[in-house]
Amino acid sequence: MNFQQIFSELEKQDPEIYDRMDTRRDSMRQFTRIGGKVALTALPLVLSGMFKRAYGQNNNASYSITQVLNFALTLEYLESQFYTMGVNTPGLIPAGNALNGYKIIKQHELEHVNFLQTTITALGGTPQKSPKFDFTAGGTFPTVFSDYGTFLAVSQTLEDTGVRAYKGQATHVQQNDTVLTAALQIHSVEARHASYVRTLRSAYASDESIRPWITGNSTAGIGSSVEGNYAGEETTVQLGINIVNIDGFDISFDDATECFDEPLTTAQVLNLVSPFIVA
Amino acid sequence: MKKEDVAPLKQEKDQFQNPHLHRRKFLANLGLTAVAITGITACTKTESSTALSGSSVDESMYGTHYNDIQILNYAFLLEQLEAAFYINVTNSFYSGATSLEKMRLEQIRDHEIAHREFFKTALGGSGIPDQQFDFSSIDFSDRMSVLSASKTFEDTGVSAYNGIAYAINSPDYLVAAGKIVSVEARHAAYIRDLLDPLSFADDTVIDSNGLDLASKPYTVVQAISPYLTVKPDMKSFPFNI
Repeated sequence: MNFQQIFSELEKQDPEIYDRMDTRRDSMRQFTRIGGKVALTALPLVLSGMFKRAYGQNNNASYSITQVLNFALTLEYLESQFYTMGVNTPGLIPAGNALNGYKIIKQHELEHVNFLQTTITALGGTPQKSPKFDFTAGGTFPTVFSDYGTFLAVSQTLEDTGVRAYKGQATHVQQNDTVLTAALQIHSVEARHASYVRTLRSAYASDESIRPWITGNSTAGIGSSVEGNYAGEETTVQLGINIVNIDGFDISFDDATECFDEPLTTAQVLNLVSPFIVA
Repeated sequence: MKKEDVAPLKQEKDQFQNPHLHRRKFLANLGLTAVAITGITACTKTESSTALSGSSVDESMYGTHYNDIQILNYAFLLEQLEAAFYINVTNSFYSGATSLEKMRLEQIRDHEIAHREFFKTALGGSGIPDQQFDFSSIDFSDRMSVLSASKTFEDTGVSAYNGIAYAINSPDYLVAAGKIVSVEARHAAYIRDLLDPLSFADDTVIDSNGLDLASKPYTVVQAISPYLTVKPDMKSFPFNI
């Protein structure tokens, strides 16, 4: 199963002990301060305390920073190559705003690939090589590069899923301020793309029910093949607070689900993108 | 205002006036982090204190600390501002608004009201008071004036969440902020393209690494201060409550 291949590839990356150590954000900073004050003989004690905290506490910290970045890199390879194919397929994307918009998106995805590769290398990791992709997803979207409506549908799904994927990684990189901030800066770019692509789809299908935001767990008319990509988006309770009609305001189910995008776990995302990955 | 109150503001301005986290700056930050990491790895092997020299996280980028209540109140202030703005917009639409534009602006209004009430409920007694805003600089009958202000609010919202997330301690609050910021980005892209086709993610907001804005509170407060009737205090941020 492809999903397992990717997973084992990711797990082959050396687990980076310092990433685990720093499960509580700021502890690195605190440590450097301690280092200046504490006598040399006390250091082993300080270190063992940090290790205990690192391994004793956060069960979430099962991914190192570079594993998370390689996971993101795989998604960016997928998007980048998808848009390169789309933009370079004559007659697929209508000339004008649609094609020009997709050129912008393609460029961003390429920049994300380069940025993540550089960052992984800078952190001492090894950037994952690109898998080979099948954009028909094993025949689910046979006309992805010949029918514009299908291309838009796959594009929307990839962008919305990308947003959910980055969101799901936020707590895994929370201990590294720089990486967390950069990941969120990519995350909101993917959300801008998703909004734009949904607006294109709405116009192309002359269907105003396709909104720039995600309503409930609706695929916005794409259908059962991508239902999994939207599962969970129907959530209406946030931090234990019910958003529907909150404080007596007229907030519908649609509003309540639209105004919060929901995360996906690493395993969920890998499962969803695995049909696109050949090897 | 006392002199000591002014100094930190000036300092913050100098550090964060450029909203983009440029490649060099980013790599410099990473580099410093990497030094710290290497230092500690070495330390575990040799128990040498020399490895610690130079191992500091770049305080210039990430040195300002806020607690989670302050950060939630900061978000609450921004959501109050956005909700109040869209309530005005939808109470009396600008001339020439299409039915589709009206529908979308009403949806955005409802999203922002939901965000506002979410923070109000989450904060309870720790929340800042309901704010009054000054929208006198916006001509609500004029499409360009309304959509330009909307673009500012949405882009600023995105940059604010992106720029403060690192300081959040609670993973739950971090995820909640993440759930909201992508919706603000969806709004921003939609509004931008209404104003100017193909500007949904143009190079005024996205840098050459494909990264969106991440702004420090000082920059955000500057952007929204024309609309505030009570100016935030950067020390007891956002307000002394």
